[in-house]
Amino acid sequence: MSQAKEFADETGQEQAGAHAAPHHHPANLAHHFSDMAQQKDSAKMGMWIFLLTEVLLFGGLFCAYAVYRAWNPEIFHNGHAFLDVTLGTINTIVLITSSLTVALAIRFLQVNKIKLAVINLAATIAFAGTFMVIKYFEYMHKIHEGQLPGKFYTFEGMEGTNPHVFFSVYFLMTGLHGIHVLVGIGIITWVLIRTIKGHFSSEYYTPVELTGLYWHLVDLIWIFLFPLFYLVG
Amino acid sequence: MAATITAPAPNYLNATKGWKSWLLTLDHKRIAILYMVAIAVFFLVGGVMAMLIRLELLNPGRDLVGANTYNKLFTLHGAIMIFLFIIPGIPAILGNFLLPILLGARDVAFPRLNLASWYIFMLGGLFALYSIITGSIDTGWTFYTPYSTQTDTSVVSMTLGAFILGFSSILTGLNFIVTIHKLRLPGITWYRLPLFVWSIYATAIIQVLATPVLGITLLLLVVERLAGIGIFDPAMGGDPVLYQHFFWFYSHPAVYIMILPGMGIISELITTHSHKKIFGYKAVAYSSLGIALVSFLVWGHHMFVSGQSELAAMLFSFLTFFVGIPSGIKVFNWVTTMYRGSIVLNTPMLYALSFLFLFSIGGFTGIFLGALAVDVHLHDTYFIVAHFHYVMMGGTVMAFLGGIHHWWPKMFGKLYNEFWAKIACGLIFVGFNVTFGSQFILGSQGMPRRYYTYVDQYQPLHAFSTFGSWILGAGFLIMAVYLIHSLVKGKRAGSNPWYSLTMEWETSSPPPTENFIELPSLTHGPYDYDKVLPINVEPDGKPAKLKEAVS
Repeated sequence: MSQAKEFADETGQEQAGAHAAPHHHPANLAHHFSDMAQQKDSAKMGMWIFLLTEVLLFGGLFCAYAVYRAWNPEIFHNGHAFLDVTLGTINTIVLITSSLTVALAIRFLQVNKIKLAVINLAATIAFAGTFMVIKYFEYMHKIHEGQLPGKFYTFEGMEGTNPHVFFSVYFLMTGLHGIHVLVGIGIITWVLIRTIKGHFSSEYYTPVELTGLYWHLVDLIWIFLFPLFYLVG
Repeated sequence: MAATITAPAPNYLNATKGWKSWLLTLDHKRIAILYMVAIAVFFLVGGVMAMLIRLELLNPGRDLVGANTYNKLFTLHGAIMIFLFIIPGIPAILGNFLLPILLGARDVAFPRLNLASWYIFMLGGLFALYSIITGSIDTGWTFYTPYSTQTDTSVVSMTLGAFILGFSSILTGLNFIVTIHKLRLPGITWYRLPLFVWSIYATAIIQVLATPVLGITLLLLVVERLAGIGIFDPAMGGDPVLYQHFFWFYSHPAVYIMILPGMGIISELITTHSHKKIFGYKAVAYSSLGIALVSFLVWGHHMFVSGQSELAAMLFSFLTFFVGIPSGIKVFNWVTTMYRGSIVLNTPMLYALSFLFLFSIGGFTGIFLGALAVDVHLHDTYFIVAHFHYVMMGGTVMAFLGGIHHWWPKMFGKLYNEFWAKIACGLIFVGFNVTFGSQFILGSQGMPRRYYTYVDQYQPLHAFSTFGSWILGAGFLIMAVYLIHSLVKGKRAGSNPWYSLTMEWETSSPPPTENFIELPSLTHGPYDYDKVLPINVEPDGKPAKLKEAVS
C-alpha cells in the first residue's frame, strides 16, 4: 500500500514538474533506461518473448492432443459428443468480447479517457468471470457423470478402448487454460485498481498494454481449444 | 606526485553494506555473486556425490553403499550438476556480471525480474533439497516413465524443483535477450559485440524456446504421479516414448544451453591471452546461432533404442552430424586465432587450451554415438558417460573455470596466486583424463551405466578411474584454498591485468555500482589487437602499459 502511495506521489510530482521543466526526468522511468521509449520497447519485447514461452508450454499439450487423437480417433470422435457445444460457443463469444473490452481500455487510456478505461477493464473481468462460471458448470457436470481423466474415469456410456484418454487431454488442456484465465483475472484486477488510482494515462500505460497482450493470448488459445474439442468430430 | 594517491572510489562490493543490501539488491553484479555462492554450494554437493560414486566403484561388489543408495547417488549427482550447476552456471554468474558491462549498460533490462530469477532458483533448490531429505530419488536425472511413476522415492518434489528451476532459466534468458536488443550503448552494433555476448544470446534463445516444453513435460509427470491420469502409462493407453520425446526436445537443446556460454568464454580467453584479433568473427558469431538452430532438430538421437521408427532414427542420426559443422568452425577459428599470436600461458589460457583438447575429444566421440549402428553397441555404456563428461566437464566446466579465473580480478579486484592456480589446473586436467579417458575403454568393452557393481575384468580400469577422481578432487581443493585466500590477502588487481581490449577492462576492478564512471570511449572494437595497445591502470592510479605480456 505504502509503495503504491509513494508511486502516486511520484506521479503527482511528475505532473507538477512537467509544467515547470519540459525535460524533467519522468517518474516512471527506471534509472537504467535512457528514455521512456526505450523502456516501453524493452517491456513489450520482454512480454512478447514471455508469450512465446506460453505458446511452447501449450505446444506440448497440443502435441499430446495430436498424438492421442491420431492413435484413438474413435475415442476422440465419441468423446466430443459429450461436450456441450452451446456452452462452448457462449464461452467463445464471452472470451472474444473480453479481448475487445481490454483492447478498448488500452485505447481509452491512450486518449486519456480514464473513466471509460476503468469501465472496460471491469467489463473484461466480468467476462472472464462469466467464462469461469460456465466452465465450472461444465466441469461439475463431467465430474458428476464420472467423465474424468485416468483412474477416476467411471462413466460407462462411451464406447471404445481407453475412453478416459480423451478426458485426460480435455481436462489437462482446458484446466491449464483455466488457470491462465484465473491469473489473468488477478492481473487485470491489479491494473484496474491502479487505473482507478490514476497511475495510468496517455503518458504511461505500459502495464495495461502488456496485460492486454497476455489476455489476447489466453483468448487465442481458447479459440484453438474450442474447435479441437467441441466441434471436430 | 604523492598527492595523486587518493582513497579508492566505492565499488559495487562496498557501496552499500548489510545482508539486506545483498538479498534485496537489484545490481546485476551483486546478483551474479549471489548466484555464484549458491551454485558453488550445489557444485560442491554434486562433486562430493561424484567422489562417493567413484569410491563405490573402486572394487566390484559393495564397498561403500548398496545398490539402492548408489541409484540415488548417481541420480542426485546428475540432477544437481545439470539443473543446479551447469545450466545456470555460466549465464547466471558470468553472464549476469558481464553482459550489461559489455553492452555499456547500467544494468539488465529487468533488474527486479533478475533478482526474482535468483529467488526462484533458490526455491527450486529447496524443492530438490526437500526431495533429498524425504527419501531422495532413484530414477536417473531423466525421470523416465514408467519407472518414475512407480518408484516410491520423492519424484514429485524433485520434478517440481526442476520445473521451478526452468522458470528461473526462462526469465534469465528473456532478460538477456531484451537487454542485448535494447540496451546496447549507441555505437555498439551487433558486429561490435564481444563473442561472449553472441553466445549468451544464442543460449538465451534456447532457454526461452526449449524450457517451456520441459515445464509442461514435468508438469504432466507430476499430474500422472499424483492423479494417475495415465498419459504416459501404456496400460492406460498412454505412451512412455512420448515422454522421452518431450523430455529430449528440451534436454537436447539444454546441452547447448550448457556448452554455448562456455564457447563464448573460450573466444574471449583465446583472443585476450593470445593478444590477437579473433579469426573469423562472423563465423564464430553465427556458428553459435547455428548450434542453437540445429540443437532443436536432433533430440531423437537419445532414443535410437527406445522404439522410435527406423526412419525417424535415420533422420535424427543424419541431422546429428550437422552439429559437427558449427562446432568445427569454432574450433578451427580458435586454433587459427592463436597462430602467430603473442600467447601468454596464464591460468585462464591453460583452461582454454584444456577446453580445446577435451572438447574436441568429446565432440568426436559424439560423432561415433550419432552413428546409428555404433550407437546400438555403445548405448547405455560408460562410453556415453565418458563422452558427455568430456563435453560437459571437459568443455563447459573447463571454460567456466577459465572464465572464473579470467574475470576473478575484475569481479573482486584481487589477484589469485598464479603458481597454485597453474598447479590446480594441471591436476584437474590430468585427473579429468585419468577419470574419464579410462571410461571410454570401459564402455567400448561393454561396461553398462548405472550399476554399483561389475564383473572382475573391469576392475583395473575402474580403479584407475577412481584414482583420477582423487586427483580431480585435489585440484578443486587447491583451487578453493587459493581463491578464498586471494579474497583476503590477494594482491590488488589493476583495471586490466590481462591487457585485454574488451570493454569490461576499461572500468575499475571491481567496477563501480553504475559500471562506468565515464562512458567507455568506443575508439576500438573488442578484438582490435592489430590496431591498439591495451592499457592497464594499476590500483594506485598509474597506467602500466602492455610490456611483459607481449615480448
